[in-house]
Amino acid sequence: MDGTAQGAVPAPASAAAWVRTRLFSSPLNAVLTVLIAGLLLLAVPPAAQWLFLRADFSATTPQECLDSGGACWAFIAEKHRLILFGIYPYDEQWRPLLASIVLAALVVFSCVRRFWRAWLAGAWLLGLAAVAVLMWGGVLGLSYVENRLWGGLPLTLILATFGVAGAFPLGLALALGRRSSMPAIKALCVAYIELIRGVPLISLLFMSSVMLPLFLPEGMSVDKLLRAQLAIILFAAAYIAETVRGGLQAIPRGQYEGAASLGLSYWQTMRKVVLPQALAIVIAPLASIFISLLKDTSLVVVIGIFDLTQAAKAAVSDAQWHGFSTEAYLFIACIYFVLCFSISRYSRSLERQLRADLDR
Amino acid sequence: MAIKASSARARGWRPSWSDPRARALLYQVLVLAAVAGLAWFLVSNTLANLAARNISTGFGFLREEAGFAIGESLLDYAPADSYGRAILAGLLNTLRVSAAGIVLATLLGSVLGIARLSGNWLAARVAGAYVEVMRNVPLLLQLFFWYALITEGMPGPRNAHHPLPGVFISNRGLSLPWLQGQGLDGIAAGLVLAIALAVGLHHWAARRRAAAGKAPRTGRIACALLLGLPFLGWAACGGALHWDVPQFQRFNFAGGITLSPEFTALLAGLVLYTSAFVAEVVRSGIQSVGRGQWEAARALGLPPGRVLRLVVLPQALRVIVPPMASQYLNLTKNSSLAVAIGYPDLVSVANTTLNQTGQAVEGILVIMAAYLAVSLSISLFMNWYNRRIALAER
Repeated sequence: MDGTAQGAVPAPASAAAWVRTRLFSSPLNAVLTVLIAGLLLLAVPPAAQWLFLRADFSATTPQECLDSGGACWAFIAEKHRLILFGIYPYDEQWRPLLASIVLAALVVFSCVRRFWRAWLAGAWLLGLAAVAVLMWGGVLGLSYVENRLWGGLPLTLILATFGVAGAFPLGLALALGRRSSMPAIKALCVAYIELIRGVPLISLLFMSSVMLPLFLPEGMSVDKLLRAQLAIILFAAAYIAETVRGGLQAIPRGQYEGAASLGLSYWQTMRKVVLPQALAIVIAPLASIFISLLKDTSLVVVIGIFDLTQAAKAAVSDAQWHGFSTEAYLFIACIYFVLCFSISRYSRSLERQLRADLDR
Repeated sequence: MAIKASSARARGWRPSWSDPRARALLYQVLVLAAVAGLAWFLVSNTLANLAARNISTGFGFLREEAGFAIGESLLDYAPADSYGRAILAGLLNTLRVSAAGIVLATLLGSVLGIARLSGNWLAARVAGAYVEVMRNVPLLLQLFFWYALITEGMPGPRNAHHPLPGVFISNRGLSLPWLQGQGLDGIAAGLVLAIALAVGLHHWAARRRAAAGKAPRTGRIACALLLGLPFLGWAACGGALHWDVPQFQRFNFAGGITLSPEFTALLAGLVLYTSAFVAEVVRSGIQSVGRGQWEAARALGLPPGRVLRLVVLPQALRVIVPPMASQYLNLTKNSSLAVAIGYPDLVSVANTTLNQTGQAVEGILVIMAAYLAVSLSISLFMNWYNRRIALAER
């Protein structure tokens, strides 16, 4: 979008020249410009009217909203607690709010390369413990809240964060296993990766919700949320493995041989020589897998877990406030967009930084 | 010591901890034992649990009466039919939405990908914004959005929106005009025959070129065949063909085809979401062909159409095909989200089945086997196509 679209055309000198070269350079381009501009003129003003000008931000009853003829943002104002925190006890909802902030802060901190030190791992352990205490409670005078009642944004963030934390090491191990010279281990990893990549996540979620209870011995049960989390981890790991394998394949043999001639063991070779280079190559595809994982957490809706999407559905299904689903879905679409778009922007800047380091 | 060691080697291989081969063997045995143990643990638990809950095993249930209705189906299905037939109807629904989605997403995605590279600032920006928005919002949410928009936001059939002649959008779905009449079969037969003849002609021309060094001009003959034979087929069937335009009658639309709200929402969501990814694939493919290739081909005096067909596309396709294949696979797998908006696809039907019979293991196995089969056949086809267009290094 940035460099590519304009890179081919030299920068024009004046505004008129810009319009001429960028919009009306040929008859075909002129027709295209007029056509797109026409479509935008048809679509944007009514959309803006609906979204902002005629929208109702302060209605107290649904009828007021319907009369205004625009979007009903008052519905979001009315339901934002339900959408963001689900059915978590109303008076305790500062706890999931704080937990979300802690999680977001951890992720943002981890994005700064200056903080990539050993203490960051400690910070994560502390932060996750804090999240657990805040969400579950039961200690420090906080009342106990079952995870059945968790919901909304914190649940989506928890599923995504723990999903990445669990799937990344597993995916790394699978990628190394697939490149291994041991035939049995290689075959197992190939079978796992191909099997998982061949089926949709929904089938794994159904499996975790109906089949896992059958897998376990009588009397032993795994919590529903944890089962969904497991399914997400097992699913994402296969995709991470394939991406990392791509990076591993791009490392020339000389690197392995050089490491071997220094007397490094297999794990030393991987940790100090191969993986740092391989992972740097695949940052962009890895980031898009993490984005997919975040988006895929919405699929837990089908097994009835109360994540952000399910919470929005619950808000929409209120009989009193009927017919405002567009507003609710747009609202959470904005939340997902901000989260996913920032991951993709961050991955691009990280890639640039690492490439600059390598070139130095 | 040295003599002893060499004699030991002479006697045969003796495992030792310092030998990497021995360690590798040990690791593999340990891993296999762990996997086998886990499998045994899970299977024995499952069998015990099934026995305790009085759930039968095996695929016998596929022949029993299903007893539930399916909203839309390509084959005749009634609740009195068997579970097996219900699942087949679901599978056909999955294939139907996936096939339509793949075609439409490829078309829309290619246009968007090319627009993103266009020198036209407006086109590039609009396409860029579209791609960023669509890629960063979960597909499931988009499906809910479109479904709600159709079922809640659209008027009833009586006041249906009427954007183009013959096209109606209402809360009952999307009604489109459709070709109808005997002539359709004739056209289809003519088209199949024409494609077969054109392919044969192409092969013959390629052989002639290899033998004589001069290609016979077959392009016009192929065009004539492709246009003429369907026309002949239409004429042979008595020329019966007309547009069947949907018309509102009392309660609902009659004539044309009406796509249900579920199918319309699912198709719209899949196409709009996947086309953003397809656009990126197409863009990177075209960018991978250097400007020098265009310039060199033009310098040789090739007209632009042949530059594209003979020089640029073959190189771009090499980059485009593998990621495109995985987008097609993703679309097919994503069609399973149908279950969330009530389109009776494979997952949704199998889910109903396993809830009714309690045979969860078999139900999940059916879903997984069907998707694996579809995934493998798409990837086999795309691999075959990829090999055909791959770089032939001499």
